[in-house]
Amino acid sequence: MIGELGQFALLLALAAAVAQAVLPLWGAQRGQRRWMALARPLAAVGFVLLSTALAALVASFVQVDTSLAYVAANASQELPLGYRITATWGGHEGSLLLWAWMLSAWGALVAARSAALPAAFAARVQGVLGFVAAGFLAFIAFTSNPFGRLLPAPTEGRDLNPLLQDPGMAAHPPLLYLGYVGFAVGFAFAVAALLEDELSPRWTRWARPWVLAAWSALTAGIGLGSFWAYYELGWGGFWFWDAVENAAFMPWLLGTALIHSLAVAEKRPGFLRWSLLLALLSFSLSLLGTFLVRSGVVSSVHAFASDPARGLFILALLAVSVGGSLALYAWRAHRAPPAERFALGSRESLLLLNNLLLATATATVLLGTLYPLAAEVLGGLRLSVGAPYFDTVFPPLMLPLVALMVLGPLVPWARARWAGLRRWLPVALGALAAAVALALGLQASLWTAAGLAAGLWAWVGTLLLAWQQRRAWRQELPLWLAHAGVAVFVLGVTLVRSLEQTHDLQLAPGEQARVGAQGLVFQRLEAVNGPNYRAARATLSWQRDGAAPLQLEPEKRVYGRRQMVMTEAAISRGPWRDVYVSLGDAAADGRWALRVQIKPFMSWVWAGVLAMTAGGLWAVAARRRRPALAPQQLEPTPLSVPTLSTP
Amino acid sequence: MKLSALLPLALAAALVGLLARGLLQHDAQAEPPSPLIGKPAPALDLQRLGGDGTAAPQGEVWVLNVFASWCAPCRAELPVLGELASQAGVRIVGLDYRDTAEQGAAFLRRHGDPYALTLLDPQGRGSLAWGVTGVPETFVIDRRGIVRLRHTGPVTAEDLQQRLLPLIKKLQHA
Amino acid sequence: MRSLGAALLLSASLAVQASDLDQRVERLARELRCVVCNGQSVAESNAQLALDMKALLREGLAAGRSEDELRAELVQRYGEQVLFRPGLHAGTAPLWFGPLALLAAGGLIYWRQARREGPVRKGPA
Repeated sequence: MIGELGQFALLLALAAAVAQAVLPLWGAQRGQRRWMALARPLAAVGFVLLSTALAALVASFVQVDTSLAYVAANASQELPLGYRITATWGGHEGSLLLWAWMLSAWGALVAARSAALPAAFAARVQGVLGFVAAGFLAFIAFTSNPFGRLLPAPTEGRDLNPLLQDPGMAAHPPLLYLGYVGFAVGFAFAVAALLEDELSPRWTRWARPWVLAAWSALTAGIGLGSFWAYYELGWGGFWFWDAVENAAFMPWLLGTALIHSLAVAEKRPGFLRWSLLLALLSFSLSLLGTFLVRSGVVSSVHAFASDPARGLFILALLAVSVGGSLALYAWRAHRAPPAERFALGSRESLLLLNNLLLATATATVLLGTLYPLAAEVLGGLRLSVGAPYFDTVFPPLMLPLVALMVLGPLVPWARARWAGLRRWLPVALGALAAAVALALGLQASLWTAAGLAAGLWAWVGTLLLAWQQRRAWRQELPLWLAHAGVAVFVLGVTLVRSLEQTHDLQLAPGEQARVGAQGLVFQRLEAVNGPNYRAARATLSWQRDGAAPLQLEPEKRVYGRRQMVMTEAAISRGPWRDVYVSLGDAAADGRWALRVQIKPFMSWVWAGVLAMTAGGLWAVAARRRRPALAPQQLEPTPLSVPTLSTP
Repeated sequence: MKLSALLPLALAAALVGLLARGLLQHDAQAEPPSPLIGKPAPALDLQRLGGDGTAAPQGEVWVLNVFASWCAPCRAELPVLGELASQAGVRIVGLDYRDTAEQGAAFLRRHGDPYALTLLDPQGRGSLAWGVTGVPETFVIDRRGIVRLRHTGPVTAEDLQQRLLPLIKKLQHA
Repeated sequence: MRSLGAALLLSASLAVQASDLDQRVERLARELRCVVCNGQSVAESNAQLALDMKALLREGLAAGRSEDELRAELVQRYGEQVLFRPGLHAGTAPLWFGPLALLAAGGLIYWRQARREGPVRKGPA
């Protein structure tokens, strides 16, 4: 019964989306107030209907209604309640419904807060969102229906994939989709702006908080995904350049360029076209990512079960949305006011470099991700492109960007005044010297030195900038937080990659081993039973000379229903290092394989991501608190300080 | 309309085209051609489990079959391999992947032994040398010792008639 | 601060103590693809084939063979797809030169934008 309710709500939502796609756009085109006025109510109705459908699916999971094929494939009676709820988005059909729900939630939110926007513009925005929603809901209804019945219903479900039975997994897709799908709002604003009679920059002011919010959510979502992979997968990695990871990372890279362009587009017409293009492309990459993950064209550890028919549907949706919007761009973007001249070394030029480097990085990731497919289809070659490739080509693109990031707020608009930067030269040289010294001392590679140099320079530079601008902290804090976050992240990744140590040991309970200056005692092994698994749990004591011992309890779990073996690593986190222990297999003589990894500065990676997210969120909140401003106050202006020139 | 404004659209169109072709043409399950085809057969320096003769006879066409005692499809294809040996008059060398001598011998005793020679590969080194990715796999090698075919999965009667026998006959009369 | 110094010193000392062979095997295994898995590297995978390959690498490195030699041997057996960082040849030229070409294109755009004629902004920004 609940399943039928959900099905019905889903189909009604599709109808509402179609109406929302057609009527307001037509109304805006014709100046018909009545059709335009339908935009907001339709968005609200769609949201209520999809919430009903999603709630129906969640309820079916809570009750373990195995007469729904999707529930039977992803839940079981032994599954704890919390995971029964999150299993809703544990497979293809349910996660797509979540995707669609996120889209309608964003749309409803935009509708609620668009009273101040011109009616035609707001109607167009909703029209575009309705179009995307209609496409996805059609896809769900016709090829990926979570409410499909399985009759006769099996008595037992297949249980949720054990990899997904975890709090991090519970939060990762919603947070990721919040960001991923949130870029649709920027997309809709850009299309609406292109459709208007006059292409003015004011849409960038309206779009900015939405894009910042989506970007912050995506930053957090990607970070959470990495955090979860780190502790869940059992071997200590946190980023694998896997196709699915890249699918979320590419919109993030362009989204970063977008938030920088939007910040200045209103006063710098040159960045209006960039903002338009970036807004269109970011969401296009979100759609591309959705396609890559679900079509099976690229192999990935994360991929959902592939189905070429579904892939074709999404590809068609992609072709129409992306093709249509880019065609619109080609046709109408030239009406933007002309860009003004600026010198090399001015702030505009640095922002331009920012966009170009991020775009190059995005294109590089796309190239690497799709190259195996292209090589096979076009050349019959079978190649793999994985982490080693990306680790070679990506840092050289990103490190210069990180270094330039500090200079952005320091240089003036339009003109280049190198004199003002002279004070910073000692800081830069100091960072470089410290980095080289550290790298030599640690016998690390050239790239480690480069990463350290960029990270230290960015860190110190941002701190000094914050000190200089401290009186304008309310406006400037987002920038400091985000840029400091980037610096800390770069330092963390550089240090952990070059300094991490892995030790493979074979120990039986009662034995001990020395790992450098630490002692590891294998105290005992016990059998533990969870709600839907059996586990062997080892209790280990990690003793640093002179410090209190740490207890670590890695486990090896066997999940009965799916016969899957999972390694639950034990991690001791600290500000300076993580100790990561995972339990391998037992040998015939009663010894267990233990892998002990020491990862210095691992926490800095997470701290950096959190700081970036915080910066983005503060920027959203601050914009809303600010009353209507006079034009010259629309972007952060450094207070008059001798080293910064005033235009 | 400026040319540069068309560029994003053109690139997107090319990308969609590539993805469409990839979807329609790409079969993720298709067996990749073995890189050994056309190259000399790797040496087989392994302990003998049963049978006689040399592992890689020069001057005659022969077949290598990789199997394991715990592999059900391997058991299923044993009669077909027997057919192959008699119909084509060809030597089949069995490579026993990751079994002990007892396990391998017991398997062949119970289910039949179509092999002229059986070799033991307890560490999987022999299989690694032949680029084996799973069991069972079957290779056809010609008179000059060049690998000509790799067949992954069990050999069915159809495979026998349509792929293996024609090729072997051709190689034998070359 | 003391912990920071200690952490760095610890790492440096451990660098000397952890088995060099282990590290080399690990590094090499990370570059190789487990061809029976779904995108995992040989280092990450616990599939039998991956374990066999790791053993082969360990034996080879201990016997004094070079990383290049072992890589080449595995490519001979399993094809180029076993490498996660493909070599440079005609088929991979776009992959390796692509980023450079994109950078160059970006540089060109940058150069042209910054040198173009256009209205100059008057008054305060």
